[in-house]
Amino acid sequence: MADHILEMRSITKTFPGVKALEDVNLAVERGEIHAICGENGAGKSTLMKVLSGVYPTGSYEGEIVYNGEVVRFGGIRDSEHVGIVIIHQELALVPYLSIAENIFLGSERRGRFGLIDWNAANAAAGELLRSVGLDENPVTPVGQLGVGKQQLVEIAKALSKDVKLLILDEPTAALNDTDSEHLLGLLRRLRDRGITCIMISHKLNEITAVSDNVTVIRDGRTVETLSLASGEVTQERIIRGMVGRDLESYYPERESHPGEEVLRIEDWTVWHPTQDRKVVDGASLTVRAGEVVGIAGLMGAGRTELAMSVFGRAYGRNISGRLFVHGKEIRPHNVSDAIDAGIAYATEDRKHYGLNLIEDIRRNVSAAALGKLSTRGFVNGNEEIKVAEGYRQSMNVKAPSVTSVVGKLSGGNQQKVVLSKWLFTDPEVLILDEPTRGIDVGAKYEIYTIINRLVAAGKAVLVISSELPELLGICDRIYTLSAGRITGEVPVAQATQENLMQLMTKEKELAA
Amino acid sequence: MTRTVPPSSEPEAQTATAPKDVAPAAALNAGTSDVRALLTSNLRQSGIYVAFVVIVALFAILTGGTSLSPGNVTNMVLQYSYILILAIGMVIVIIAGHIDLSVGSVVALTGATSAVLVIRQGMPWYVGVLAAIAVGLLIGAWQGFWVAYVGIPAFIVTLAGMLLFRGLTLQVLDNISLSPFPSQYGRIAGGFLNGLLGGNGYDAFTLLIGAIAVAGYAFSNFRTRLARVKYQQPVESFPLFVAKIVAVGAVVMAFAWQLAHARGLPIVLIILAVLILAYGVITKRTVFGRQVYAIGGNLSAATLSGVKVRAVNFWIFVNMGFLAAIAGVVFSSRSNGAQPNAGNMFELDAIAAAFIGGAAVTGGVGTVIGAMVGGLIMAVMTNGMQILGVDQSLQSVVKGLVLLLAVAFDVYNKRRAGSSR
Repeated sequence: MADHILEMRSITKTFPGVKALEDVNLAVERGEIHAICGENGAGKSTLMKVLSGVYPTGSYEGEIVYNGEVVRFGGIRDSEHVGIVIIHQELALVPYLSIAENIFLGSERRGRFGLIDWNAANAAAGELLRSVGLDENPVTPVGQLGVGKQQLVEIAKALSKDVKLLILDEPTAALNDTDSEHLLGLLRRLRDRGITCIMISHKLNEITAVSDNVTVIRDGRTVETLSLASGEVTQERIIRGMVGRDLESYYPERESHPGEEVLRIEDWTVWHPTQDRKVVDGASLTVRAGEVVGIAGLMGAGRTELAMSVFGRAYGRNISGRLFVHGKEIRPHNVSDAIDAGIAYATEDRKHYGLNLIEDIRRNVSAAALGKLSTRGFVNGNEEIKVAEGYRQSMNVKAPSVTSVVGKLSGGNQQKVVLSKWLFTDPEVLILDEPTRGIDVGAKYEIYTIINRLVAAGKAVLVISSELPELLGICDRIYTLSAGRITGEVPVAQATQENLMQLMTKEKELAA
Repeated sequence: MTRTVPPSSEPEAQTATAPKDVAPAAALNAGTSDVRALLTSNLRQSGIYVAFVVIVALFAILTGGTSLSPGNVTNMVLQYSYILILAIGMVIVIIAGHIDLSVGSVVALTGATSAVLVIRQGMPWYVGVLAAIAVGLLIGAWQGFWVAYVGIPAFIVTLAGMLLFRGLTLQVLDNISLSPFPSQYGRIAGGFLNGLLGGNGYDAFTLLIGAIAVAGYAFSNFRTRLARVKYQQPVESFPLFVAKIVAVGAVVMAFAWQLAHARGLPIVLIILAVLILAYGVITKRTVFGRQVYAIGGNLSAATLSGVKVRAVNFWIFVNMGFLAAIAGVVFSSRSNGAQPNAGNMFELDAIAAAFIGGAAVTGGVGTVIGAMVGGLIMAVMTNGMQILGVDQSLQSVVKGLVLLLAVAFDVYNKRRAGSSR
């Protein structure tokens, strides 16, 4: 008989008109790392909100048994009181406050006269930082830390609340490999200290690496709980649970017939907008028609900076180098010029840079090419709906109509809207920055299919991705970028994760 | 306000290679929230009209019908026209995510410029008007430059402008009031078109203009409907369509009837109507208007979509300067002179009108028509309370509460719409 720290029994949560969760069961053993996976919109986050009291008792059906007792939470404070702490995907830290201030925010230790004893607080914070393996001064403002370290501060904050059950929502989504590795190591250490972890994740390799059990949720129902202890459960097995069938392959097949050169970048150098350093240093690359070219690089290698500076100088200063589209040199001074020249750039951060979340699908699809829909400055609203409707169908955007607000779509569908927007500009070359970040396996496959359709139609596609298997799966050629320099160009047939990683970490060559 | 039939089509047939039916929960979710969004957005939009009707009815009852008498309706138009003109520009500024605190001072400075030329220098009335507009455009370009090209927040730039242009007004006027304007200038805000067709105790011309306006409204609605049908877009049922036009027609004709029984068609109403129509079209149907909404909705996304954000922001402020100059001319004409403290607090009335009319503090949301109704709500309330002899201090309290409640209602609605996921 397993010792369950938590059991959620037949949880049903209904929003007006929709069942987000239906008869979901979750049993978590004391001292394990329990992964929850499922596609976006499957109900993972809703389940965690039920558990942490964001949705109070009474707003759902079913019961939560914690430490053998049925518990009723009226809000987050109640759940934190018994040691359940949730760390959300978007970190809830105040950038201008110090690490210590953030850790004790909301539970400040008051001394005499109700004043905060900062010496004691800083000392306690230092202690907590050591326990999560973060070597930083507690008085450092959180804004100066990278995302990985901020994540650790969040965990330190959870520890300060005497956490028994730690819930992490997509903890490694924004982290690079080193930071992810570090974080997962920390989770193992916390487990050894007796802290139970629930981890929501899309990254199946991480799930199989650290968790003891995994519960798969699909369409608001529990599908199964698999034990990973034996090591027999494969990623393919989990995916089958998530999508309800086997994916023949992660990546759709494509025949490659590269044509003539579409985009050529020569000796491209970009300076950081405020600091005195080069972010991209003498990069040169080419993309041909009907070809998918990848850019691999670690965080901070200058991938996004390269793409954005090419895209009408949307990033950086003192940009030098030459750009050619179809062999003709172009000198775009702003984004509008770049679009006219046939370049499209779909950002890695669709919520902040890609979409107007308060507007509907229609307005977002037309946003980058309103000129095509207008005569003498007047927009043809009906033509706009027709165009958007066309993309909604061809891209398989799951929304009832093109007047659905984009902010309410799932990540995969939002990404399809972003792609629609750029396809409508009728680009020659499409730069996709992390096109599948934060979207589920099924939608990823659809995005890959769309990319294949584009190159089949003779477009050139440049893909930036942190996931090497993805690049290996969809590209024809891969460039590696390290510290702003192109360190290698590898045809996909010869590329492996190992040799790419070697090039991505290659030090700057001394002779220039 | 649009009524559409419920969206019928479900997600279309999936492509053969795509994994089938991967996220029906997400689709279902989106579907419901969309119906909800439709309802709430209709509620948000129609809520303001309902509130307006209720307030008009309330004051009509409280004042025993006086507030709707021909003379008073005319007065209201004359008295609030300049606030409404300012609110048109202000709502555009607010949609783009900015604010303009300087418009009251700009009204004063443009009015003063005109007064100096016309009253002191004895120039013809149109010179005064053109000079005022030129000053307004210059001021707009000045503020637009700082906001758009230097990147100073509009709050700061226009706060500085508020002080700056008030000071310049005092300079231009040498600290004294100038009056009176020649009678032609006074006709801008105080003149009427009447007697052109004669009538029996009422002005037939006003009724004719009213009828033309209704016909124009019906015609343009019908054309839109035909275009939508051609593009196979959902349209409201025909009886509903007719009912909508009849209702609008009835309100317009009743309004024209009351005007016709007073002094006829105010010239300033024509100016206002032209501006509302023009800016209604600009915000809703032009590329420029779309870019304003795009900037307010997500600045970074707009920039990366090729919107020339600086230029758009610049022209938004130039336009605000232009409209403030028009308001300045109308106000100086109405007050028959220029005073150093003219236009004091106008900016707050214009801002309040935009927010009561549904504009969002965070930008990206708002309509010209909404701002007009918002302004009229304030106008009807103030006017009604004046008729009732409510103390000035109490009037201020009521107006403050209405602004707060209107925005609170808006926020509440948004939160409900946002919590569906």
